[in-house]
Amino acid sequence: MISNFIILNILRGDIRTKVFLSILLFVAIIVPLLNIYVPASSYFHLTDYHISLFGKYLTYGLLALSLDLIWGYCGILSLGHGAFFALGGYCIGIHFMREIGPRGVYGDPILPDFMVFLNWSDLPLAWYGFDSFSYTLLMIIIVPGLLAFIFGWFAFKSRVNGVYFSIITQAMTYALMLAFFQNDFGFGGNNGLTDFKDIFGFSLQSHATKIVLFLLSVLALAIGYLVCNSFVNSHSGVVLKGIRDQEDRLRFLGYRVENYKLSAFVVSAILAGIAGALYVPQVGIINPGEFAPLKSIEVVVWVALGGRGTLVGAILGGVIVNLAKSYFTVNFPEIWLYFLGALFVLVTLFLPNGLLGIIKKIFLFIKNKKEKSF
Amino acid sequence: MFNASNNVYADNIDEILSALQKSNFSEKEELITKLGNIQTNKSLKVLKSLEKGILYYIKESKINVFAKKVDKKYELTDITSGKNIGLIKKNKIKRISLNNKLRKHTRTIIAKSSLLSDNKNMRIEAAKIIFESNLIELLPLISQALENEKNKNVIKELLKTQASLSLLSGDKLLINKSLDYLMKTTDPEIISVVNQFIEKHKTEDSYKEEIIKANNLLNKINSDLKLYKLIENLFFGLSLGSVLFIASVGLAITFGVMGVINLAHGEMIMIGAYTTYVIQLIFPQLIEYSLFIALPFAFLVTGLIGVVIERLVIRYLYGKPLETLLATFGISLILQQLVRSIFSPINMPVTTPQWMSGMLNIHPALSLAYGRLYIIAFSIAIFIALLILLRKSHFGIKIRAVMQNRPMARAMGIKTNWIDSMTFGLGSGIAGIAGVALSQITNVGPNLGQSYIIDCFMVVVFGGVGNIWGTLSGAFLLGVGNKFLEPYSGAVLAKIITLIFLIVFIQKKPKGMFALKGRAAEINQ
Repeated sequence: MISNFIILNILRGDIRTKVFLSILLFVAIIVPLLNIYVPASSYFHLTDYHISLFGKYLTYGLLALSLDLIWGYCGILSLGHGAFFALGGYCIGIHFMREIGPRGVYGDPILPDFMVFLNWSDLPLAWYGFDSFSYTLLMIIIVPGLLAFIFGWFAFKSRVNGVYFSIITQAMTYALMLAFFQNDFGFGGNNGLTDFKDIFGFSLQSHATKIVLFLLSVLALAIGYLVCNSFVNSHSGVVLKGIRDQEDRLRFLGYRVENYKLSAFVVSAILAGIAGALYVPQVGIINPGEFAPLKSIEVVVWVALGGRGTLVGAILGGVIVNLAKSYFTVNFPEIWLYFLGALFVLVTLFLPNGLLGIIKKIFLFIKNKKEKSF
Repeated sequence: MFNASNNVYADNIDEILSALQKSNFSEKEELITKLGNIQTNKSLKVLKSLEKGILYYIKESKINVFAKKVDKKYELTDITSGKNIGLIKKNKIKRISLNNKLRKHTRTIIAKSSLLSDNKNMRIEAAKIIFESNLIELLPLISQALENEKNKNVIKELLKTQASLSLLSGDKLLINKSLDYLMKTTDPEIISVVNQFIEKHKTEDSYKEEIIKANNLLNKINSDLKLYKLIENLFFGLSLGSVLFIASVGLAITFGVMGVINLAHGEMIMIGAYTTYVIQLIFPQLIEYSLFIALPFAFLVTGLIGVVIERLVIRYLYGKPLETLLATFGISLILQQLVRSIFSPINMPVTTPQWMSGMLNIHPALSLAYGRLYIIAFSIAIFIALLILLRKSHFGIKIRAVMQNRPMARAMGIKTNWIDSMTFGLGSGIAGIAGVALSQITNVGPNLGQSYIIDCFMVVVFGGVGNIWGTLSGAFLLGVGNKFLEPYSGAVLAKIITLIFLIVFIQKKPKGMFALKGRAAEINQ
């Protein structure tokens, strides 16, 4: 039923959806082609490193999309979305650690290296079951989703709004960061989880796996977009927008505002978790730094730059800012924070509708000119 | 044999010293006793250097010297003349060595002679040595010293030593007197002596009463220790609370009064701390006064930056809290990077003035750091100053008028734009002052602000927005709560628990502990 709905949505979909999906399809075809068929000497050749890098950008795009769903359409500014992203990442990371098995440095059949190093005799309870891939997939959805459900259930029930919600989400990710930094917490402490070997028996370093992971990121982004798009265009989506603009009025009209908010929040957290789970195999490490409040707040600026409440804009923002980040941090590391900081200020002051707002304006301008010339 | 008798008959310092060069340990013991009987400052100095192992003689000339190791050579001082002879290699000199028994003997002798010294610190030192090494044979000497003693501190130390020595003397009268005295002071250092006493006499029926007494004493000391531990925890909590208060009160003004989410608040604190560093750099000879010089400077610098930020960015974003949050976050990134570019990413050394260091001794089991005491006092001073400013001054009345009803305030002729800038400047300036205080207790680096900003928001939200009484109580409650959790959970877990507590608390009371009520609350939303 859902797939029917989605396909219908594509066929019926607006021009923006069609353009976006075509671009995504184009990227999905051209990037592997440039990697496989263009000789390494050519200027257009993409190395394996680039494949993973682009895959990483796409997962960031998915993260931005998930934030846009609640911030752009429901007015909930989460400053802790990085936490859901990181939790998804930790789930898959634990699976990879279990996959290593006896091939670790210490050769313990079950315990990962860092546990042997810390002299632990048993696997922590939270690590059980992660040797099965399907269980891991389930957890990638359940862990962030459940956290979001519990957190949101209490917060929305008590009508914690606006800035206060932002601050407590920030406190949440900060508390999680402190916890994950602890060795006793059982997830590798400071160093996090790394030295992953393979997935389904395919080496994570291999060429083919990287391309498959990249294509999976494309697919996840496309499906994520379609889910969000159909969500915001459904009846519930209209209610969400109503909540964003006049929450009290919706409540007086008899809508259970908190239920709508909660479902959007949970869907958003799950998407963020999936993004994290795709991110980790492509960068090869997950550590508590991902929980840092700074990371979460950076996601907000991606969305703001691309265009809040547009879905496509958020993805665009996520990809563009991270492209810029890669460029600046390599070539002008000093300038990056100035640039990012200025981006925050300028976008909020001068680009309330983000890049997509500009594009829209340009189209309108051309359209008006055409009409005038007729 | 002949040699030995010859050695032992020496009787001025120089003779004793040259005798010491060639005598065996049992002869040395007698010589040291003799040295102690001389009772001059010089003999005392020789004894002390002997005990510390810096008494040498030059192999060739047999001259006795004090030797101090400088790099790989030894710097020598002639004992007789007190003159510096210069550097010499190790193989040219030989140490006059002692064994453990002799060292103890020497210490006893030193204590004995220092007990009669003119210098009160030396007398205290002597009493402490006797107490620690439990030299029971010196009990009569202590009692004698007590009779002549006039200085209060020395008397206290002597009484404690006397009590501890008499406890092991076996004399019932003395023991009872001593237990009665110790009951009054409850010094934790006495525990081991009391335990020794119990151990010594526990099988003897005749000591039954005294043993019971001693056990009571131990119980009392332990419960006192618990009490002092509690007071100490409370003190740590209060000092953490005042740090939190100082750091967050500026935010209470910008966020609480103006409704502006200023994420660059932490960076204002950081700039205040760097101002202290720069002041110390400019006036290296005024380190003792540097904090007082830095306070007005930090206020002006950060206040000015605050006004500029308000004029350039924030005034376009009033009524859009989430946008303000993002823009000020951007500003915070720029300020951090600016500091990194100007100073460097590493932490800067800020010197602590002499008067900030040291401890205030209230009881043997309780001593409080002056630095923390000053910070508590400072936070209260800031609080009172702000309260007066906001309640009584013309400026404060205008601030509150604008906060409560902007259009009406404007109608009454208040320049609301100007008040906005000044209020934001005030909040930022106070953050700068906080930076001066924090420079004394944390590392001054580009990340200083980031580590405080979340705590600051928690305090302001917990206390209740728009209310500096709330901020004060919020900060102190969180500080004390955190410190009381720490012994059970460890520092990090205490922090996590505090954060979770706050998250839950905001659900129950979204407007904080002391929410504004009535009209002010409605307008503040």
